[in-house]
Amino acid sequence: MIALVDYGAGNLTSVRKALTALGAEFHTPLAPEECGVATGLIVPGVGNFAATERLVGPWRDSIRAAVDRGTPLLGICVGMQWLFEGSDEAPDVPGLGVLPGRVQRLKGDAALRLKIPHVGWNALEPPSPQASASRPSRLLAGLEPGAHVYFTHSYAAPVTSDCVGATTHAQPFAAAVERDRVFGVQFHPEKSSDAGLRILKNFLEVCG
Amino acid sequence: MLTKRVIACMDVRDGQVVKGVQFQQLRHAGDPAALARRYNVEGIDEVVILDITATLEKRQAMARTIDAVAREIFLPLTVGGGIRSEDDAAAAVDAGADKVSLNTAALHDPGLITRLARRYGSQAVIVAIDAKRREAGFAVYVRSGTADAARDAVEWARQAEACGAGEILLTSMDRDGTRAGFDCEMTAAVADAVNIPVIASGGAGELDHFADVFTAGRADAALAASIFHYADTSVTDLKRFLRTKGIPVRL
Repeated sequence: MIALVDYGAGNLTSVRKALTALGAEFHTPLAPEECGVATGLIVPGVGNFAATERLVGPWRDSIRAAVDRGTPLLGICVGMQWLFEGSDEAPDVPGLGVLPGRVQRLKGDAALRLKIPHVGWNALEPPSPQASASRPSRLLAGLEPGAHVYFTHSYAAPVTSDCVGATTHAQPFAAAVERDRVFGVQFHPEKSSDAGLRILKNFLEVCG
Repeated sequence: MLTKRVIACMDVRDGQVVKGVQFQQLRHAGDPAALARRYNVEGIDEVVILDITATLEKRQAMARTIDAVAREIFLPLTVGGGIRSEDDAAAAVDAGADKVSLNTAALHDPGLITRLARRYGSQAVIVAIDAKRREAGFAVYVRSGTADAARDAVEWARQAEACGAGEILLTSMDRDGTRAGFDCEMTAAVADAVNIPVIASGGAGELDHFADVFTAGRADAALAASIFHYADTSVTDLKRFLRTKGIPVRL
């Protein structure tokens, strides 16, 4: 049973519908301890990093303990940003801190008409030619190179060694990250049509 | 590279897709979920459901239609028409909408934009502007295009952005349903005035019209209804054409 963590950050309906379409068994835990028995954890999110403040305390501790025991975790959008140490969007709110780095505001480029927020379909590229050869991604398995996925965000994580898919909007940022059984996507797989459903399916397969 | 978005709009009345010319003369165009399914296969980037009678008849957004569409397709889904309060927006979001489109209610109460942006994030709040050309500038109309709001479209778009809107959906009432091409001049005027994405709407009839609005009109996205509904133009063909014109699209 997958635990879909609801901390009030926007709308879970889309994620629920996508998981239902994939035949996944999932529930929304009512108490932090329930994360401990889940076969996988999904931390979704739209909107502001500050909303993750509701995870500080027992939820964060329970999710961290599950991750340390090897439970697969997928963070989506703000949920991915939360995997890092923190975000400039809400500097006082700590992230889960399982991935090193800090989330920063995208800069855009007025001259090139690259607006912020970054809204729409953009390409997932290997973070570097070497990275794609040396680090096959379980999360992105089966996707065509340059597959388009749907983004809507103003903040993003830097491209680090945990990055398995990068996207460029005036500057490159981490679109997909993966370390052991911790996964994150800045885009919305539940809104990215067939490519997105494939990514969610890949995660469900890791969960077993 | 961020692609230009092609958006299919379904004007829905009584659970059926309908389409009129210049906001009048409605005719039926099919079942929303079935159409959405076809659009997804063809590669549409987003779908908008507009409850076209909701404002006049003070009906809330149609939860059942939204739910049926959201079960079929995993694409960004916007719902508009008759969203006058946070409760109306919540009903649409709970049924499966990712974004809500505000029109008349936002003009009467711009604070609604701010409240919804705080609750769901700016990315979930679209302000729809229906406008007509006048001697100088572009006049905003409300209540499904029946009332002159005595506002200029460019000035209202700027205010909507300042209130927290995440996107502007700009419809040319002069071109709506005419297939005479988007109003590129009006679209460019608004796109140049704001820093948020602008979706151009009204007048799509030929492939060239989309290329024009993405270049001369400086639109981030283009929305059409009838040319997709009746399968005159497939989304796939349109996107292939745009790519030959050097316009980045998702194929």
